Amino acid sequence: MTTGPMTTLSPAPGSAATASSPNTKDALLEVTDLNVRFPTEDGIVHAVRGVNYTLRSGEVLAVVGESGSGKSVTSLAVMGLLPASADITGSVRYRGTELLGMKDKSFSRIRGKGVAMIFQDPMTSLDPVYKIGFQISETLRAHDDSMSKKAARDRGIELLNLVGIPNASDRIDQYPHEFSGGMRQRVVIAIAMANQPDVIIADEPTTALDVTVQAQILEVLNTAMAETGAAMVLITHDLGVVAGVADRVLVMYAGRPVEMGHVDEIYYRPRMPYTLGLLGSMPRLDATEHQRLTPIKGSPPSLVNMPPGCPFGPRCPLHIDACDEIEPPLIEVGGGHLAACIRSEELRGTGTHAEKIFDATAIDDVLIGGAAGDDTVAEVGSSSGGAQV
Amino acid sequence: MTILERDTSSKAAPTGEPILKVTGMEKLFPIRGGGLIRRVVGHVRAVDGIDLEVHPGKVLGLVGESGCGKSTTGRAILNLQPATAGSVLFRGREIVGLSRSEMRPLRRDIQIVFQDPYASLNPRLPVFDIVAEPLIIHNLVKGDAALRTRVKDLVQMVGLNPEHTNRYPADFSGGQRQRIGIARALALEPAMLILDEPVSALDVSIQAGVINLLEDLQDQLGLSYLFIAHDLSVVRHISDRIAVMYLGKIIELADRDTLFARPMHPYTQALLSAIPIPDPERERRRERIILTGDIPSPANPPSGCRFRTRCFKFRDELTEDQQRKCIDLEPPLAQQEPGHTSACHYSAVRTVL
Repeated sequence: MTTGPMTTLSPAPGSAATASSPNTKDALLEVTDLNVRFPTEDGIVHAVRGVNYTLRSGEVLAVVGESGSGKSVTSLAVMGLLPASADITGSVRYRGTELLGMKDKSFSRIRGKGVAMIFQDPMTSLDPVYKIGFQISETLRAHDDSMSKKAARDRGIELLNLVGIPNASDRIDQYPHEFSGGMRQRVVIAIAMANQPDVIIADEPTTALDVTVQAQILEVLNTAMAETGAAMVLITHDLGVVAGVADRVLVMYAGRPVEMGHVDEIYYRPRMPYTLGLLGSMPRLDATEHQRLTPIKGSPPSLVNMPPGCPFGPRCPLHIDACDEIEPPLIEVGGGHLAACIRSEELRGTGTHAEKIFDATAIDDVLIGGAAGDDTVAEVGSSSGGAQV
Repeated sequence: MTILERDTSSKAAPTGEPILKVTGMEKLFPIRGGGLIRRVVGHVRAVDGIDLEVHPGKVLGLVGESGCGKSTTGRAILNLQPATAGSVLFRGREIVGLSRSEMRPLRRDIQIVFQDPYASLNPRLPVFDIVAEPLIIHNLVKGDAALRTRVKDLVQMVGLNPEHTNRYPADFSGGQRQRIGIARALALEPAMLILDEPVSALDVSIQAGVINLLEDLQDQLGLSYLFIAHDLSVVRHISDRIAVMYLGKIIELADRDTLFARPMHPYTQALLSAIPIPDPERERRRERIILTGDIPSPANPPSGCRFRTRCFKFRDELTEDQQRKCIDLEPPLAQQEPGHTSACHYSAVRTVL
């Protein structure tokens, strides 16, 4: 199900979706073969190319990837928030109900009530011209016609208390600009948990925040999950944040999941070179000795007219000719752990030692798009001495 | 032989003196009233009296959260935003108070790399012109051929392909643009670089390559760095010594291993404990110190210790008498053990990693 243009709506039998979630009974959110294409002047950008995941109740699924990997577009597609020009295929089911193609009016009953979303930037996700209290009660009253303004306000104060905003009964009458970034994100979380959603999708909820504030917000997210009993899709680029909160991890690259599994599997036994590369390129706060980092050479591919084969191939140290033939499917490598790599077997036992396959290089000489730099080998010294003089 | 001979030799010159010595530096920004005359009604105390030393061939990391004054410190050292008070000695020469033209010869020796590689390169100049510009301005290279060789060397030195110098910044990835910025900073063979969040705009897989490059350059050219960043993991990776800033002040300063193993200031402890480690088992075991509240306004910092409004020690562990001292008396940055200073009346080691 991974070669050629993906136009089928139903996944092939035995595909990743079924392999990862044999038990769909307690599935809250099922995303199957989700594809998103945007028409642009340069051609069609295939931003999401076949995402499958199942979110079960009470779990935290982290979607990890770098800029442009399609992780945010995936969640916007799930929430029905993409512009009309986007071409979305596949299936998104919330408690068995298909969300794709649903009329906006019916979708609005699920959005905020069944599935709530927290965006990255608390500066822009609140409306600057309305008081905080109005924005919370708006969410509450949209899903409950019988709720009085007074009751909504009381519930608003209760929610602000829950997310740790001091003097909630005064601050509810303030405007977003009177709050700091961390406080605004608390308000956004209060709004997201207002209607006791089953699913909270948090898109980079702490990226815009300082690290001490990030710790506070992660704590608040924990509270939100405990209070509402919601499951969470946590979208982030930060592998540190994921380690602490996720149950399962989905790693995305060039619009596709390339590895998925329990958080320990992903961190201690990665089976896709990209994941291993990501781990090896992070400086560690807890490093006992100085270890050289292992960057991943090159840049992610353009999502317009992608060549066949593994999209990570051009950057992969394990690349062989066979990698360019077809895009490897996401297949089970053991214990509910899925990886999309034809050489994943060779990574068994590599553990977290990225330096075994990645170069600790300091060179970065391939231009975006590749072609121009490939035919000329620059005399830039050995891999570990890019800065020779 | 090499294009950076001058610096390697200056590194070899034995000297116990710091290459950069900052003493009591302050940078205040006036707050003006809204009236017609726009009188000054107060000051944002962005940098409020700090002392720093960077030694030749060493890396001093300067960390802190947004608004703590770390970037302003970097700019004030370079006189890009002149310091309001204090002294900045670079190789024994006072920088504070120098005019632009007096600064120019010094800029050969101390250069800056900015955070945003998309904003710090002129999009309409090919890379060759960007890297050649400082060489032309300072009139360092005679003749076209020499200039071409020199730019090619520089571009190669930062790990880029020298055949790409006729291209524009838009053709390069963020990491590569940052390398162009580094090549430009190195063009004048500086002895010292101020690196202002040089990797924080980059994705992690790209960031690692730039960090490796900065390490290599520092080793091979004997450069001194002032490495300003908010990411303690990155700072730990590259620094010899680390200064932690909070609200315009340095609150703790120690060599890298000491700071991480034996943090003494409550803020450093909270900062270290807040940083997630990409290791699920460790993360599940870790106890986080969660600070309450937000960073106070630098226009109106709290009396006494600036951190006391968010300090867990102040809140949970101190008696009322002890708290009184925090409120009334600003703790000096005092030596707690050899080479380790901390600005807390109740400095004590607490392991948080």
